[in-house]
Amino acid sequence: MDPIIYNKIITVGVYGSAIGLILIGLYAVLVKKHLTKIVIGLSIIDSGVHLLFIAVGFIKGGTAPIFSPKGIELVNGGAQMVDPVPQALVLTAIVIGFGVTAVALSLVIRLYRHHNTARIDHIKSLKW
Amino acid sequence: MKKAFIILLLVVVGWVLADTFSQITFGESRLGDVKQPETVGAYYLNNTVEKLSVANVITAIVVNYRGFDTLGEVTVLFLAASGLASILYRRKEKGEHDVMILKNSSQLLQTGAKLIFPAILVLGAYVFIHGHLTPGGGFQGGAIIASGFLLMFMAYKDYHVSHNVLTWVESVAGIVFVSVGIWGLISGATFLENVLGTGTLNDLISGGVIPLIYIAVGFKVAAELTGVLETLLNFKTEK
Amino acid sequence: MVFNVIFFSLLAIIILAAAIYAVVQKDLLYAVIATGVISLVLSIYFFIMQAPDVALTEAAIGIALTTIIFVITIRNTSRREDEIPVDKEPDRGDEK
Repeated sequence: MDPIIYNKIITVGVYGSAIGLILIGLYAVLVKKHLTKIVIGLSIIDSGVHLLFIAVGFIKGGTAPIFSPKGIELVNGGAQMVDPVPQALVLTAIVIGFGVTAVALSLVIRLYRHHNTARIDHIKSLKW
Repeated sequence: MKKAFIILLLVVVGWVLADTFSQITFGESRLGDVKQPETVGAYYLNNTVEKLSVANVITAIVVNYRGFDTLGEVTVLFLAASGLASILYRRKEKGEHDVMILKNSSQLLQTGAKLIFPAILVLGAYVFIHGHLTPGGGFQGGAIIASGFLLMFMAYKDYHVSHNVLTWVESVAGIVFVSVGIWGLISGATFLENVLGTGTLNDLISGGVIPLIYIAVGFKVAAELTGVLETLLNFKTEK
Repeated sequence: MVFNVIFFSLLAIIILAAAIYAVVQKDLLYAVIATGVISLVLSIYFFIMQAPDVALTEAAIGIALTTIIFVITIRNTSRREDEIPVDKEPDRGDEK
């Protein structure tokens, strides 16, 4: 089979898994009733978005953007380096995603301690 | 009825995303010419070796060209760690310490953890000290050190890290970061400008203030993540 | 070339299967381990797309630390998703 079909399969594979992760995470946030499952869905949406960013910055046949001795040799031989800007953005985003997940889980623990349930359709008492 | 609306919403979001990203061909170069840069990425790739003598372009972007965003990210991590500690806080009676891990692990895990823990610390320190030469940096090294502490927490029932030491390390590292920036202001350039001389490429001492900032960030992230784990493992639970 | 296609499709299938399992499964501990598998395959994706810094960060933070804070949360809340809570007096320990 010719390379065009191969390129199409690889494109659909990478973009499809990123968009699929975003949609599956969104489904978990909207439909599920247990709070921990909602936070799991939030974490899955983060993973999908990060994959989408790095996939946009990729160059076919490129090499990592590091000027080590081997890297300088590859660049002088004609290779091209991939785009470094999306990688710097995703580096920050991964750490901040972890921070948001940690604070959300501490809120879940506190809510369970108060109402003795973590399902949002059983939390009925409005004043305590 | 509600499920039908949600499926419709997901289909619409998926359709918009797929339609947008099918017009961005995967693997095609959009950087342009690197020698005469017209895009931001090409400018960074062109000028990192000459002006800064730093081998890792990502480190140069995160610490030097976009250093202010890194200061913001360190602030967000600090807020997350202190927010978590204040949400889970409960007034403890004096001397009472509720534990989450009920018994010690097996002898194999205890001995192995004690053997491998210094090696993990040294690996984490290596990763954030050499952040400008190899892939790595402050955030990666800090996370590796926090994983080493997690191994010790899991293996031993009553392994505690003193909370005061963590707070001091984190505060001093944050002060070092901001004072490096103010040093740039005092020397007549902008905030967080590179004011030390840059050495030769691929040397350990090169790149001006970039290794200093990344070492401070490494210590700060390690102390914060260890503090988060310690808060989660040791807060007072219900009787 | 065939190897590339097989590898990419295998990674895509594993990541989507792990995501669907994490959302559908009712026992929350298994769902959290599936989230760890998603982070692992994501780190492999980042590595083969020539981004070693990002792969290191995702491997260090996503696999170990995120899984452990989820497990600590499950230990302090309920283990299964569909449990019916027992009615008890709400916690008034903070009013003094």
